[in-house]
Amino acid sequence: MADLKTDFAGIESPNPFWLASGPPTNTYGQVAKAFDAGWGGAVWKTIGEPIINVFSRYGSVDLGATRMMGFNNIELISDRPVADNLKEIAEVKRNYPKHAVIASLMVESTQAAWHEMVKRTQDTGADGIELNFGCPHGMSERGMGSAVGQVPDYTCQIVEWVKEVATIPVIVKLTPNVTDVTYIARAAVKGGADALSLINTINSIVSVDLDTFAPAPAVGGKSSHGGYCGPAVKPIALHLVSAVAGDPQVKIPISGIGGIATWRDAAEFIALGAGSLQVCTAVMHYGFRIVEDLIDGLANWMDERGHRTLAEVRGRALPHVVKWEDLDLNYHLIARIDQNTCIKCELCWTACEDGAHQAIRRLERGQPETGNGQPVVEIIEEACVGCNLCAAVCPVQGCITMERVPNDFAPVTWKEYAAGTGKLAPRSEHFHTASWERSR
Amino acid sequence: MADPAPVLSDELLERNFADIAPPLTRDYALLEATKCLFCHDAPCTLACPTHIDVPAFIKKIATGNLRGSARVILEPNPFGHSCARACPVEVLCEGACVLNDRDEQPIKIALLQRHATDHVLAHKLKLFEPGPPTGKKVAIVGAGPAGLSCARDLRRFGHAVTVFEAKPQPGGLNTYGIAEYKLKGDVALAEAQDILDLGVELRLTITIGRDVPFDQLLADYDAVFVGVGLGRTKGLGIPGEDLPGVVDALSFIEALKTHPYRETRVGKRVVVVGAGNTAIDAVTQAKRLGAHEATIVYRRGENDMPCFRYEYELARRDGCGFRFHATPRRIIGNRAVTAIEVGTPAGAQVVPCDMVIIAIGQGVRDELQLPSNHPKVFTGGDGANGGAEIVNAAAEGVAAAARIDAMVSGR
Repeated sequence: MADLKTDFAGIESPNPFWLASGPPTNTYGQVAKAFDAGWGGAVWKTIGEPIINVFSRYGSVDLGATRMMGFNNIELISDRPVADNLKEIAEVKRNYPKHAVIASLMVESTQAAWHEMVKRTQDTGADGIELNFGCPHGMSERGMGSAVGQVPDYTCQIVEWVKEVATIPVIVKLTPNVTDVTYIARAAVKGGADALSLINTINSIVSVDLDTFAPAPAVGGKSSHGGYCGPAVKPIALHLVSAVAGDPQVKIPISGIGGIATWRDAAEFIALGAGSLQVCTAVMHYGFRIVEDLIDGLANWMDERGHRTLAEVRGRALPHVVKWEDLDLNYHLIARIDQNTCIKCELCWTACEDGAHQAIRRLERGQPETGNGQPVVEIIEEACVGCNLCAAVCPVQGCITMERVPNDFAPVTWKEYAAGTGKLAPRSEHFHTASWERSR
Repeated sequence: MADPAPVLSDELLERNFADIAPPLTRDYALLEATKCLFCHDAPCTLACPTHIDVPAFIKKIATGNLRGSARVILEPNPFGHSCARACPVEVLCEGACVLNDRDEQPIKIALLQRHATDHVLAHKLKLFEPGPPTGKKVAIVGAGPAGLSCARDLRRFGHAVTVFEAKPQPGGLNTYGIAEYKLKGDVALAEAQDILDLGVELRLTITIGRDVPFDQLLADYDAVFVGVGLGRTKGLGIPGEDLPGVVDALSFIEALKTHPYRETRVGKRVVVVGAGNTAIDAVTQAKRLGAHEATIVYRRGENDMPCFRYEYELARRDGCGFRFHATPRRIIGNRAVTAIEVGTPAGAQVVPCDMVIIAIGQGVRDELQLPSNHPKVFTGGDGANGGAEIVNAAAEGVAAAARIDAMVSGR
């Protein structure tokens, strides 16, 4: 059985699954219940000077019948007194000594304020501190959250202040609302951060009510931009995690956050370099119980593939992430349609014809030669550029596959080709710029 | 038989006995799994006698964790393979699905369960292991769902298990008595074998109470679980019952399930007496074997039939006939059946037929006299509950294993 034990910058937990700082980690009762359900750690909802929240705080994006594909919030940090939060953190840690308990902090940007908060937090016995430099809404208007995390100098300065008094690992939580996250990551490293976590939520307006013209979540007919999260943001998070994990100037552990809802998502984050995983939206949707399949699915996959520890998986995808100019131009693919499983919806033809390279031939439906069992679509091999679009739109799994077309040419990258070394293999070229009728 | 129906072509027979609910494609399974709301305290789970955590196993299908999904199913229900095919889900999990309250089709729980558990059979996954040996020995009478469910968990607890089975094959009614279009014999046997592979000793063609006295088991083992089925089909007790062409439903179905389809002959006109689920299995299969007419004769009315509504609808779709308020009086024929006379509110009527299948329920087994309230004797399955579903037998077998474990371990 795969070993999921996690040591993240010295913070130990029975598995890599932590609750991200947010509504599910607001109280002792929630965190204790989560640990009982199997969560390995929890990052407490951000503690700071108690705030006052608005009513109506969450906006949701459905995709067809799928609820909460994306999700945003205009909720602020904890509205509970600092002392209450710290007391409960101490209690959780006392009752769950083997679980990771991390305090997320956000205070005004002065050395004294940070010193005091860090010292008080450490007295609880918490395993680590996460600095919330990421929330894009509300707190940023007051000079905190992403207002700090968007400026490398501010990030470095506050991390330095924290590290002056910190005796436990300090994790810096990064905002994705920047031009290049690696600059912020490097600033955190320079300030002495022990680890990074990313991504925080993405600035967003999820929808507008077309009767009232109020964006969601509406507060008396008005709203504000909020932090976007949920399954929709996973691709952005994966990229930013890989960018930071692959940066030679950032050699500290990374906690992956952003749209993790299944064990597959988790495995992908680990493969791109994450040392632990933080989950919030999926728990807000389905509850703490989802951790059972996160653990079970990840362990089963690791067992099937012979990975014994998380370390054996961590970062395995990073060498596969390269610059575009290092990709092989002589690696050619072609789409193949399995006519036995094709259900003749012609979505591939429509997509290829209008949206790609006009590389699918469509035969008239209902003609004798396209009767039962006869194909209605076929790939025009000399025109196919192997782009994947037809396979992406095909509603039948495995019906359209992309197959390697071997050639006798050595691999050549753009970098090499532009420098005049290496030869391009003959490739599909098909442009119908003159007359679309004729080119059919 | 006076006038047997011509044997259908092998191709047609294969089609007629193909799975009535074919397996889901991967696409469909994913679509269906994604539709599940993942209810808390889910009514489907409550409705299942083995309380499979249905939303959990469906969620695992959606995440691609089929091994984990199958384990969620098979942990509480060792007969998850056959239940996926033969469980009356319309009145259990699927009937309880909250989507019914939204005027939608319920989640296809049975087919999703099959999707997950088929993965186990296809890849020969071993999800369970025997426990460390305890030195305790348990005898089990009957290798049906109750007995083998009990056997599986006793092996997981580490107890030695010997199962005595009267028939030449394990699986009980799964192997011998479920309509072929619901559950094929090879699946029933594979499911049984998976349990036997945990190190269960199986002794076939031994009838306890006849070949071996029950007291012998009490002397030789630390506990005995009796998971026998019911006895023979009850007779009608009317003249002509011994004529050639009169068979009991279970013998008819057993012959069909243990021989090539073409070897089980039916009359051109078949009358099935009774209106329970076994009667439906008999009448639909007689029709699917090629009977020109297959008719249920039932002494009471349409709304009194003990069969499930969807079974009735299936028989209707198969083109089977129904004669209500018709009580069999005598079976007519010289050397073979030619008709059955029934009493109706309008007086006696003669229904011409070439075959009569009797399906009015089974009696209790008479060869096995159990000591009452013996501390070492545990029971479950049809013989104990009077005849219920596979899932009930599995639940009872699993529950008995826990009680037996507590008893032999001195807890």
